[in-house]
Amino acid sequence: MSRDFTILWLQAASCGGCTMSALGAGDRGLVAMLAQYGIRLLWHPSLSEEGGMQARAMLEAAAAGTAPFDCLCVEGAILRGPGGSGRFQILGGTGRPMAEWVRALAAKAAVTVAVGTCAAYGGIPAAGDNPTQATGLQWSGEVSGGLLGRDWRSPAGLPVINVAGCAPHPGWVIETLAALAEGALSESDLDPLGRPLFFAGRLAHHGCARNEFYEFKASAEHWSDGGCLMENLGCKATQAAGDCNLRAWNGGGSCTNAGYPCVACTSPGFEEPGAPFLETPKLAGIPVGLPLDMPKAWFMALAALSKSATPERVRRNAHADHVAVPPVWRPRKP
Amino acid sequence: MEAAQAVTRLLVGPFNRVEGDLEIALDIADRRVESARVAAPLYRGFEHILEGRPPGDALVIAPRICGICSISHSVAASRALAAAAGIEPEENGRRATDLVLAAENVADHLTHFALFFMPDFARPVYSGRLWHGEAVARFRATAGGASARLVAARARFLHLVGALAGKWPHSLAIQPGGTTASIDLGGRVRLSGILSEFRQVLETHLFGAALERVAALDGPEGLAPWLGDGPESRSDFGLFLTISRDLDLAGLGRWDGPLMSFGAFDGLFPAGLWADGPQALDMGAIAEDLSHAWMAGETRHPARGITRPDADKAGAYSWCKAPRLSGRPVEVGALARQMMAGQPLVRALAAGGSGVEARVVARLVEIARLVLAMEGWVRDLRPGQPFCRDMPPLTDTDGAVAGLVEAARGGLGHWLTIRRGRIHRYQIVAPTTWNFSPRDAAGVPGPLEQALVGTPAGDAPDPVAVQHVVRSFDPCMACTVH
Repeated sequence: MSRDFTILWLQAASCGGCTMSALGAGDRGLVAMLAQYGIRLLWHPSLSEEGGMQARAMLEAAAAGTAPFDCLCVEGAILRGPGGSGRFQILGGTGRPMAEWVRALAAKAAVTVAVGTCAAYGGIPAAGDNPTQATGLQWSGEVSGGLLGRDWRSPAGLPVINVAGCAPHPGWVIETLAALAEGALSESDLDPLGRPLFFAGRLAHHGCARNEFYEFKASAEHWSDGGCLMENLGCKATQAAGDCNLRAWNGGGSCTNAGYPCVACTSPGFEEPGAPFLETPKLAGIPVGLPLDMPKAWFMALAALSKSATPERVRRNAHADHVAVPPVWRPRKP
Repeated sequence: MEAAQAVTRLLVGPFNRVEGDLEIALDIADRRVESARVAAPLYRGFEHILEGRPPGDALVIAPRICGICSISHSVAASRALAAAAGIEPEENGRRATDLVLAAENVADHLTHFALFFMPDFARPVYSGRLWHGEAVARFRATAGGASARLVAARARFLHLVGALAGKWPHSLAIQPGGTTASIDLGGRVRLSGILSEFRQVLETHLFGAALERVAALDGPEGLAPWLGDGPESRSDFGLFLTISRDLDLAGLGRWDGPLMSFGAFDGLFPAGLWADGPQALDMGAIAEDLSHAWMAGETRHPARGITRPDADKAGAYSWCKAPRLSGRPVEVGALARQMMAGQPLVRALAAGGSGVEARVVARLVEIARLVLAMEGWVRDLRPGQPFCRDMPPLTDTDGAVAGLVEAARGGLGHWLTIRRGRIHRYQIVAPTTWNFSPRDAAGVPGPLEQALVGTPAGDAPDPVAVQHVVRSFDPCMACTVH
């Protein structure tokens, strides 16, 4: 690569968790992983040396266009409150709302990336009655628009790239940025919600270690039961975008493999599931949130069939917090 | 006769290499800080968002207050809910919770040391110092070799959280009744392997000595090998001590007020108040003063507290409330924990009050103590035994409960009132809310505001000593104003 692809990273109304997750990237960290793709952090609030006046001068030059850079990464929701003023977040030392900085810098960056569900769609700060008027960069929940507007395009012609997730897998962040640095990511590589298809083209359900229990609808009823979490414990993995269970989180973990439900954190509006997060809403005993792309009658018929065909091993292990019945061993016939 | 020195106002922000948003206003006279105002310029409204929801939702929402102390919030919320439901976690779940909480605290201490605090010594302002070249090679921001090594070690160490809690940050594994991820024998053995690998990095590079030796350091004389020319001195801890002695970091950022710990890990680090000696802690004496915060309302205990933003309030300068204990500001953090725990080196270093050096040493000694304790906790896990019990439904519950925990940066409390099975009130007081609080109604500044007074600032507009003092508290602004 002839020159570095440069990133300016801002933390809007964030918990910092996207950066913290990214610090575990590849077991080497964000800076080292980006470097191997020729990507350099021009400034990052948690990692860079420059603060105070130096940082302000750098941000002002970037916003004025006198210091060109390639990519704006925004972590955290954009706060438009109180009363549309944006004063719930002032960028320290500048007296200007973060919302203004983001708007100004997004106009200069060749491409803008929303890192995490807050920056993409508003996320947790937008929950309830949205007390801070939080929004995502180009979406407010499931409504296109957000801070920048539905038809906004970056100078390179791309909409905001939404690396959703709360927090996103570090690989999603690195691979998105690497693909952009290579010039290999176009609008056709995104799903209708602006998420790169390389991770959003899968369901969190794919590769879940509880798949055998799902097949037989052998469901967990209590925390730390081994069974499928969908029927009773609120798991949304069959509806949520993400290759979560095809990657290792922190060396080998994942939400469902660790025994707790997927809360669909890559989805707009995940913060308001309309029911308690840790329970599956049901109508007449039947879960409401069945897989989106399957006729309900077929699902019910298959579930009834598979429930009656459940092996004893699967049935018992579904309700134990360790393997109660191991697979059967049968000696070969002599 | 010398004319009175003019006071100049300096605004430092964005204050970077801290977690979250921070802005500091300094009045400088005679090349020193005369007074400081610490502002949290971001408000997100978590307490308000939690109100009205089913209590269990707190396990999803509260951890997302903070991406660096996420597990601490999980633990505080789960303890509050366990109190409401009247249950105790299963033994395995309690141990697993201790393990992931300790892992987060240790990882945060390392992040602070490698990425937030040490890079300031690699700045050009120190280019004349004997140790500067070494500081640049090891800790220059985004380029230092030791920083890269510690970040990698931290990432592999967090595999322990992957195994016991699925991922970090923002796990749902920690429940009122224990943890959801049961560990089999292979899993337990893998945890020991993770700790063993981590210990090796710490002993080889961070400390240049066995963890047992660091944990048992019993006074300033014991630091001699790290300040000499043996293998200890070539460690990152040795480099820090060399720098600290050269710049007198012990005398910088002084605070001689009380230190407070909520207690952690079943008495390993006891609860209490340190004010010239250990004292009992009265949780009923906590109150949050709102006089200089953009918040409406009067001073209240967090069990009865409210959070109502008022962006136009006269005299206010931060979104951070000012928690006080019996009307006084207190400092929290690893230093307070190790003072209460009687760690002899830390007690000696902070005998006359805390400072930059004591805060950093307390964190590093705590890393050694926690990793040693974690090795034992892993052996205590019992594969095949339960990890979690169910929480009875809280649908008809009424009550007021609290969940207390020591996060990396100090005591964290969630105060929760449930009415008819819904969250009626949820108040969070985070460690940095204590340390970085604004003035109270009596005009008494918060701990950092006091610790900054007298700090050299002759090198304005970017006074580097101010950076050391602020970062020595390891602020987490994301938690501070949630």
